[in-house]
This record gives sequence, C-alpha cells and structure tokens, in this order.
Amino acid sequence: MSAVAGDLLARFGPVAFVMFVVLNLGGLLTWVERKQSAIMQDRIGANRASIFGVRILGLLHPLADAIKMLTKEDFTPAHADRLLFKLAPFVSVFFALAAFASIPFGDTLRIGGREIALQAVTLNVGILYVLAMLSMGVYGLMMAGWASANNYALLGGQRAAALMISAEVAIGASIMGVVMVYGSLNMQDIARAQGQPLLPQFFGPWIPAWGILTQPLALLLFLTAGIAATKRIPFDTPEGESEIIGYFVEYSGMKFGMFAMADFLETVVIAGMTTALFLGGWQVPYLAASGFVFPWGAAVSLPHLLVIALQIGAFLFKVVVMIWLLMLIRWTLPRFRYDQAMRLGWMGLFPLSILNIVITGLVLLAVGS
Amino acid sequence: MPSPYAQSNTPMDAGHSSRLTLRQRFYLREVLIGLWLTARHFFANMWRHTLYTVFRVKSARGSVTIQYPDERRPYALRLRSLHRLVRREDGSPRCVACMMCETVCPAHCIYIVAAEHPNPEIEKVPSRFDIDLGKCVFCGYCVEACPEDAIRMDTGILEFSSYSRGGMIYTKEMLLALDPAGPNGVPTSPVPIPPDRMSPR
Repeated sequence: MSAVAGDLLARFGPVAFVMFVVLNLGGLLTWVERKQSAIMQDRIGANRASIFGVRILGLLHPLADAIKMLTKEDFTPAHADRLLFKLAPFVSVFFALAAFASIPFGDTLRIGGREIALQAVTLNVGILYVLAMLSMGVYGLMMAGWASANNYALLGGQRAAALMISAEVAIGASIMGVVMVYGSLNMQDIARAQGQPLLPQFFGPWIPAWGILTQPLALLLFLTAGIAATKRIPFDTPEGESEIIGYFVEYSGMKFGMFAMADFLETVVIAGMTTALFLGGWQVPYLAASGFVFPWGAAVSLPHLLVIALQIGAFLFKVVVMIWLLMLIRWTLPRFRYDQAMRLGWMGLFPLSILNIVITGLVLLAVGS
Repeated sequence: MPSPYAQSNTPMDAGHSSRLTLRQRFYLREVLIGLWLTARHFFANMWRHTLYTVFRVKSARGSVTIQYPDERRPYALRLRSLHRLVRREDGSPRCVACMMCETVCPAHCIYIVAAEHPNPEIEKVPSRFDIDLGKCVFCGYCVEACPEDAIRMDTGILEFSSYSRGGMIYTKEMLLALDPAGPNGVPTSPVPIPPDRMSPR
C-alpha cells in the first residue's frame, strides 16, 4: 500500500509542483506587471486593495481582480457559437499550462530508493512537445474569434493565427541550433549537457557550456519569437487592448480573465524554456551531483537533497529573472504594426535562424574535427 | 507644370530627416538603449524604495506619486479655492450687504438678501448670502470687488462635490464657518457637507 502511495507521490509530486509554481507565477504576474511597470515609470503602482487596512504592497490586487472577474456578468452574444465560445478560453489556458510539463526544474531526485525525474512529464521529444502545445494555444484564439460572431473578433483571431505561425517557425528554427549543439530533443538531457565545460581544450573546466554562450544568436531569435508567441506588447497586434481590440472583444468576466491569464502563463513558459535551453536550466555553476567542484581544485561536498534544492532554487531564480526581462521589454517597446511584425517574423527571424543553423553546423564540424 | 503642392521633402523621400537610418531600422541597438533606460529607472527606483521602506530614509522617494486623499500636494497660497465669509470678533459676518460682489459676479452665482444690523454704526448685514458653486467660475472678482474684505477664497478647499444641484449651493452659515488655509495651503476647516451630500440622488 505504501509502495503504491509512494509511486503516486513520485508521479504526482513533480506535476503538482509544476502546477503550483506555474499557476501561482501566472497569477502573481498581474501584480508584477503593475508594480514593475510603475517602478520603471517613477510611479507607485496599484496599492489600494486592502483587507482590514492591510495592503502588503498591493499583493491583494490579484485577489481583488479574481473576485471582480468571477462576480461579473458572463455574457454570451446572441449569435455566438455557444459551445466554441465557451470552450475557447479553456483551450487557451489549457495548452499554455500544459506546455510547461516537459521543462525540467531539477536533476534526478533520489529519495527512498526511488529515482524521480524532476519534470512533470519525461519526454524524449520534450522540445517538440512544448512547441506543439504553444502552437495549439492559438486554436483557442481562433475559436474565440470565430465563435464570437463579431467581425472584429474574427479579424483579431486571424491576426493571432498569422502572428503565431510566423513566430512558431522562428522558434522552431532557432531551437534547432540548440538541439544540434547538445544533440538531444529531451530537455532534461539539454539541461544536463549545459553543465559540461565549454570547449575544455581551450578554456579548461572554467566556463559551463550554457546555451547563451554556445548559441547567442539563437537566444536572441528565440526570445524575440517567444515574445511574439506570448502576444504581449511589441507583438500585441492580435489584442491591441487600447484600440484595435481583438479576438476576445465579446468576452467578459472570468472568460476574459482566462485569456489574460493565458498570456501570463505563456510568458512563464517562454521564460522557463529560455532558462532550460539557454541559461543552463537548473544548473548552478560548478555544482555537480556530489556538491561544489570548483575548477581551482577545491570541492565542497553537499548532501543530495541540498544539491537538488539548490538546483530547483537556481531554476526558479533564472525563470524569475527571465520574466523580469520579458516584463521590462513589454513595458519599454512600442507595438509593432501588423505588417512590421509579419516582416520581422518572415524576413528577419526566420532567415537568421536558418543562418544560425548553418553556422552552428559549420562550427560543430570545425570543433569536432 | 508640377503641382504647387508637391513637396520635395516629405517623410516618404529618401533623404528626409524622419527616415530611419539602417542602424535604426536594424532596431536591436535602439531596443537595447531603450531597455537600458527603463532598467536604469527600475533599479534606481527600487534602490530608493528599499532605502525608504527598509532603512527608513525618508528623503529617498522612489516615485513622484502623490497619494491624493491621504497626502495633499502643497497648494500655492494665491490659489482661488472655496469662498469663505470673514467674521467680525463677535462672529457676525464682516459683510455689509453692499451687493458689490453680486453685481460684479460674471456667473451670477451670488445671492444676497440685506437686513438691518442691530449696531447703528454698521449699515447692513446679509440675512442670506448664498453662493451657487455649480455656477461659480472661480474668477475671484467678488474678492476684488469687496470694499470690506469680507469675502475671501483662501480656504484651500477644493473638494465640494454633490449629488444634486441643490447641494452645490453654499449658505451664509456654511461660508461663515470656514477658516483660511494654513501654510502650504492645507485646509484647516473641514469641507462643509451639504444636507443632501450623503444620500445619493
């Protein structure tokens, strides 16, 4: 009985952890967005929501938002396709949530005679899975645009689809360089390979082979296309919340909130993917499975659980830093026009990522020989 | 003959100053400059917020926000705010109901009814002195016109809203109860609340 319970815990523990972290980060991002933008713009930001006078830096605003959205009228337009209209926000959020499943947040945990892979789902084709989930998310937007029986919503859905396709191509092509360097589609393998020293024949054991060093151009392209995939400002042509509106123009209440939530969740996913592929995943520099092994010969042995905790902490820290950067970009740049976004995707990012693949191949040949 | 309206230097032309250069159109450098600017603001303000909240350095302000109902911006002393009727030492109005302010008022928002003053040395006294703030344009002519310095606009009070037009009419008693603003233009007397202010509509 306890073995079964242990198995269940080993399977569901990582899933629960991922769900907990991603959902909470997604909810917290509404607060981060308000506060970070305020601090960047010399303002204070939302701080008035209080429970009995306790404000805790405006952290109660996400709660107030949720209550407001849940108690609002849930309106369905008269000519809407009722099933698709109701399904669309759930599709959007589901795929945004599911995308995080194959991103590893730590090395294999050995506890009680079990080996627990610290990722929600262990997949050999993890990268393809994340890409698939990210591009499935656009179905929710197209369904919303179509089912609303509203021309503006339909046009917004079309813009979302077009933007998503141009972003997906660049994401996929830019990741290929990483796959070539680390020789795997399994994100756990890629994260593990980033702990190896970079070009030991030149640099010795000093520099870990993080993706940001081996694939700088790919990082740039992936980040740009990833921001486009989150549909947030520089690339918010599908939504254009202040004037051109978009696919969710007919949505109200929590269904509208779910679309906003999906954007935040996608931001978390893009931050997680960037971390896993380019920032060394859960790697802490010079931290091996037995503890710190410094290149100048010193070594500090640490218990296994502490090592794992350090790795998970490092992963979360990197994700948070990436989210900060994505928020900084979102609150700095103005929106691309639709044609500019398309041109950037197809004439900028896509050829450059092909170029990156070619260069990576040549360099791999040169280094390998 | 070319059109006289044809311009040789439009933003569509190659050499125009608003055309982006290749470096600007490449965009990446400009993006980094922009990010550097906003990130600098972020970290500088975060540092000031930390100093302010953690280390209690009250001079470090991370924002320019004035949290209005809790915190008032210092108003200029010459600001024309809610009117008040100046009192004599016995508390009666200094106003002698000469109708100068009512006459000069461009918005016709002052309504005065004169009465005899018990003191024979004083000619008249207003038995009613109403100002309809819904009409008042805050020009300050009434203050200028008054020969007795009996009406002033120095209370510093700006918050006089009401749910009805009737609630905007301030009577003699309400105006007499007001005191001048303190230093920094902070009001010293509370906003007089019209009877219908508390109940909507």
